[in-house]
Amino acid sequence: MGMLEAILITIATAATPLLIAAVGELVVERSGVLNLGVEGMMVMGAVTGFAAALATGSPWLGFLAAIVVGALFSLLFAFLTLTLVTNQVATGLALTLLGLGLSGMLGEGFVGFPGVKLANVYIPVLTDIPLVGKLFFGQDPIFYLSILLTAGVAYFLFRTRAGLTLRSVGDNHASAHALGINVVLIRYLAVMFGGACAGLAGGYLSIVYTPQWVENMTAGRGWIALALVVFASWRPWRVLAGAYLFGAVTIGQLHAQALGIGVPSQLLSSLPYLATIVVLVLISRNRRLTMVNTPASLGRPFVPDR
Amino acid sequence: MRIELVKRPQQSALYSALSPFFALALTLIAGAIMFSLLGKNPLDALYYYFIDPLREMWSLHELAVKAAPLILIAVGLSVCFLSNNWNIGAEGQFIIGAMAGSILPVMYPDFQSWIVLPLMLIMSMVGGAAYAAIPALLKTRFNTNEILTSLMLVYVAQLFLDWMVRGPWRNPAGMNFPETRNFHEYAVLPEIWPDSGRAHWGFVFALVAALLVWFMLSKTLRGFEVKVLGQSPRAGRFAGFSASKMVFFAFIVSGALAGLAGISEVSGAIGQLRPTISPGYGFAAIIVAFLGRLNPLGIVAAGLVLALSYLGGEAAQISIGVSDKVVRAFQGMLLFFVLGCDTLIHYRIRLVRTALSKAEVSHGNA
Repeated sequence: MGMLEAILITIATAATPLLIAAVGELVVERSGVLNLGVEGMMVMGAVTGFAAALATGSPWLGFLAAIVVGALFSLLFAFLTLTLVTNQVATGLALTLLGLGLSGMLGEGFVGFPGVKLANVYIPVLTDIPLVGKLFFGQDPIFYLSILLTAGVAYFLFRTRAGLTLRSVGDNHASAHALGINVVLIRYLAVMFGGACAGLAGGYLSIVYTPQWVENMTAGRGWIALALVVFASWRPWRVLAGAYLFGAVTIGQLHAQALGIGVPSQLLSSLPYLATIVVLVLISRNRRLTMVNTPASLGRPFVPDR
Repeated sequence: MRIELVKRPQQSALYSALSPFFALALTLIAGAIMFSLLGKNPLDALYYYFIDPLREMWSLHELAVKAAPLILIAVGLSVCFLSNNWNIGAEGQFIIGAMAGSILPVMYPDFQSWIVLPLMLIMSMVGGAAYAAIPALLKTRFNTNEILTSLMLVYVAQLFLDWMVRGPWRNPAGMNFPETRNFHEYAVLPEIWPDSGRAHWGFVFALVAALLVWFMLSKTLRGFEVKVLGQSPRAGRFAGFSASKMVFFAFIVSGALAGLAGISEVSGAIGQLRPTISPGYGFAAIIVAFLGRLNPLGIVAAGLVLALSYLGGEAAQISIGVSDKVVRAFQGMLLFFVLGCDTLIHYRIRLVRTALSKAEVSHGNA
């Protein structure tokens, strides 16, 4: 395996959790809800996914547990913001703080255990193609799932009636409600989808990316996923591009640390966060681009009148 | 069964006052359940968490030590949140403020004079304010979301501190430990009553800041401006208030107070810089701000409650062997309950039986 190929594969591994979480959040925001709890749902998915995989010996049951816990955890947020109409920003923060706290508590007994690993895909002949074989046909199954997920969400949002309904709820909840659409139900479902994705992304971190549990192991990836949605101006394929860009920055700085280029490792480690800021600035300074694409009801409270 | 909200014609003053207490009660109940699940006697656990730390003088002092940064930061955040500026990077402003304030004792240890401490306090406020001005500048200039930028800057600040104390600022006589030299006597924030405990002047700063900001918010035009721009930016524009100046004002006030909190903690409680100088004060202060209903005087009380949860966490770990990790779970639950209970202020909650509404629908169709 060549050096370049190895680097490209690790970039994909770093990008996959960002992509999954960001695509999930994209659906949530398209329905008009801003859930800042991605980091919290992700870290809960990471701890439960790790624990379930360890207990059962099956990484797949680990992923399943991460998805279920992510979705259930997001229900807390949905109940508060959609049923009790609390402030979405504050409630999302609460979800993140609670998730970081709970996962630290739940995961205390799992620190230091080696995780259950997930085997990479192997397709005879195809995987053995030199240079591109492993890159396209020999990665972990969740990598392929993340690409399918992006395609599926893009198709759902822009090619199906249900997707149109979801976007209409996000753009003008009052009109959607007047048309007889159940705004609150659709938002509940969207939030739970986002929770499931964030949970899976967390599970990926603790089962595939670094197979172990470390407190706060998401290290801001949930927030970067949120930034990716803005960066992508709420378009699924642009999320994919953004996730791989960030994957490249993350892996690039790791390689720079390993090479010892004389820059302190902490400053290199802060590159992904600084890159997030720079990218956000570049995108948001273009007001027309953001104005056109931002779901118009994003973050606004909605109380159905009956 | 369905939950239906009916908007109150006016905010309920009663629930406004009661909702923090409801939230606390619900948190205690949820906490009791959590402790039972962990196999501990819930009453014992709650006693060690919330009563035991209040029984001795030295531990009341510890309460003030922990409450000082929480109150200072949360008071600043109240200005941000009231004006609808979501500064969630106070943790980073705390760190940068602490570092800016530490420049003199760390880099110029031979400069010893009474003037050092006041200079440190000022530099910490300037440092925190400057760091908070970054998201404010990006928001006003480029329309960039301040939530994400202020949060990203927390990670950058943590890594920067880590590098400085392991690299350029490491104590030359410190056996390679990742810490700066100890602050000299002129650089240490004095204790209030050294005979009875460790509480330092940071707690006094916190009370003064709460009073000043309370006065500003409730008695001055600037305070009115904060609230108008927060609730209705459009109305604010008609009144001639500048939204972008308000962004800077809110971020700079909260950044300066977070920076002051940082140097108070470092020079009052720790005595040197280390890789980690805060157990998440900047985030816990968000909870303090909401629990105190964004009112600086309420925030003083709320800060003491959250400080108690930190102390209780330490006490419970020693006495009944509950991990101190429980603390952050507790704090997260508290914010959830606070936000949920606040709904009662604006809405009446009605439980509607679904069967009945179905009957109504079929009646209507017939």
